[in-house]
Amino acid sequence: MPIPYTKPSAPPRDKRWKIVATRMRRLGDRPEALIEALHAAQEAFGFLDTDALQFVGDTLGVPHSRIYGVATFYSFFTLKPQGDHTCVVCTGTACYINGAGDILDAFDDTLGVKPKGTTEDGKISLLTARCIGACSLAPAVVVDGEMKGKADRAALMAQLEAM
Amino acid sequence: MSDNAAGAPATRRRKITIDPNQGPVRATARVCEAASCISGGSTDITARLGELTDDSGDVAIKRVGCLGLCAAGPLVEIAETAELFEHVSPDTVDPVVAALQSVKPDAERQPQGPFFEKQVRVATENFGKVDPESLDDYLAEGGFQALRRVLSDMTSAEVREEISQSGLRGRGGAGFPTGLKWTTVAKATGDKKYVICNADEGDPGAFMDRSVLESDPYRVLEGMAIAAFAVHATEGYIYCRAEYPLAVTRLRTAIRLAQRAGYLGDNIMDTSFSFSIQIRLGAGAFVCGEETALIASVEGRRGTPRPRPPYPAVQGLWGSPTLINNVESLASVPTILREGPERYAEIGVGKSKGTKVFALAGRVVNTGLVEVPMGMTLREIIFDIGGGIIDDRPFKAVQTGGPSGGCIPAEHLDTPVSYESLIELGSFMGSGGIIIMDETSCMVDVAKFFQDFCREESCGKCTPCRVGTTQMYMLLDQITRGEATEDDLAQLERLAGIVAKMSLCGLGQGAPNPIFSTLRYFRDEYMAHIVDKACPAGVCPIEQPAEVVA
Repeated sequence: MPIPYTKPSAPPRDKRWKIVATRMRRLGDRPEALIEALHAAQEAFGFLDTDALQFVGDTLGVPHSRIYGVATFYSFFTLKPQGDHTCVVCTGTACYINGAGDILDAFDDTLGVKPKGTTEDGKISLLTARCIGACSLAPAVVVDGEMKGKADRAALMAQLEAM
Repeated sequence: MSDNAAGAPATRRRKITIDPNQGPVRATARVCEAASCISGGSTDITARLGELTDDSGDVAIKRVGCLGLCAAGPLVEIAETAELFEHVSPDTVDPVVAALQSVKPDAERQPQGPFFEKQVRVATENFGKVDPESLDDYLAEGGFQALRRVLSDMTSAEVREEISQSGLRGRGGAGFPTGLKWTTVAKATGDKKYVICNADEGDPGAFMDRSVLESDPYRVLEGMAIAAFAVHATEGYIYCRAEYPLAVTRLRTAIRLAQRAGYLGDNIMDTSFSFSIQIRLGAGAFVCGEETALIASVEGRRGTPRPRPPYPAVQGLWGSPTLINNVESLASVPTILREGPERYAEIGVGKSKGTKVFALAGRVVNTGLVEVPMGMTLREIIFDIGGGIIDDRPFKAVQTGGPSGGCIPAEHLDTPVSYESLIELGSFMGSGGIIIMDETSCMVDVAKFFQDFCREESCGKCTPCRVGTTQMYMLLDQITRGEATEDDLAQLERLAGIVAKMSLCGLGQGAPNPIFSTLRYFRDEYMAHIVDKACPAGVCPIEQPAEVVA
């Protein structure tokens, strides 16, 4: 590379950056590690803020425009902080046939939150997934990483309100 | 590795496979630990059974992959008698323990009913038998024998020839002959070649690949290694959805153990053949199932497709010839080479050879995973294996092929399933999701659901797909709200034709299919929405005078 290049240092005072830096180093700090690096950053921090995007982009030598493009292209990445609890409602075909729409309505009615939104008290974030492959358990909901099959609207709302 | 990891490795700390101390095993309980049963608490069942049978020295408790009948999970099977316990919980394991105690040494597996008996297992042959993370289990079932045979007795041309003879076609949906694809990559010029396993199973309603990866990950690695040998590749990638954490974990374990045992890595089985595999995670983009988009994503870029040719077989990852095969295709490879291509080619019908794994879901009694020979009729799959419709309601339609597929009505239930027959019916084999619908589904709303999917998942690169899918969605939305005229319907049909012809990749080309097929078989429902302003299934929110609602 003809342009002199110095490797950026991680934003200070947070050990979680090390996890991200290590994951990138394992893949050779090359541009193709971008998506893996964003996965690592989101796992560590819960979402991707400007610092994270800049650090990852600078380390891998990816222009900021492109890294923003990638981070916004893939629906798995989120640029906003999430609530204390995240709830993913599957909206795949089997779940749609078996009433995922009702469950989303229940979120709106009971908690006043729409997909990709967070409740006003910052407790619960609602996301939708295109299909989590739990079609035999439709409708499926994932609460804080734990899958709940054959979700019942009333029971689910009761559980979330108690959180 | 902080608090969120604390939940997951709990299974690892626990004694997962409890073998009696070297004594002969009289009875084995197989506990299903695939995603669906795990969400029902099956890891606790394994532990509980372990505790209860700890002192009986001839009983083994074993964690296995998907037992198939997900609807009745968590499942426990007694290996010797094939007795299946459904809806088990850690508190209700007593009957299982009793059954284990009473197994006679000369017990034989009993018939298990049509759900199991009508299936023919190739890609899923080890499901419910092996511990997904145990290399020893896989070896005991004949694992890596095909790779050994390939490396010691065959040339790469012979391997490609056998795959061609078997008649295997791409199980990702398009049905391209696998042998031909391998030959193209093998003959392409390039210093370096790659094999990519497409595990970006994006079709909503499909979970075959997930089950294969979760229940028998070594099989996919073996299939990839054989493919790599046949096309002279040295590096492989598995592009897996991030939504499948358990599959990714098991794959990572499998790769590590296979590498340590010398089935992957440098000089595999002491030959000059070297092949290594890395995992790349997807990030929730459906279009990445398209091979050129997938390559862009593996390279760390936005997953947008590019025009073909050049095909990836000639110019793929980093510009090198690249073989991209679906999980299920690769999972069929070891069996084909172990048992011989003739045996595989005997199964099936016409140009569609072998078996196909289907994921049954929707309003069907036995939701779950099945593998059936090509040429079985939809009726057999849905009513004999699937057990019919929930609550014995009337069957309305079956949707195959995901968002690029179509809905098939009752009058075509006796069609034998093959790539060709489904296309003739206006649908598509797709990756193998079968969604069964009863009269509670409105077909216009179904078409709208898929259009909404395609609209959101369109990558935005080409105009027909980016704009067309949104416009089609808006027209369908108008119809479901009872605000459309017959002119709108004509406009919808015209637009659908344009999008199908003009789009760059399969996503846009297939996006109008749900509209075409529902119009072909259920035009009366569209007309009911447009002319009578009523939704026959009562799904769509049409504002109307009260007496029509009743």
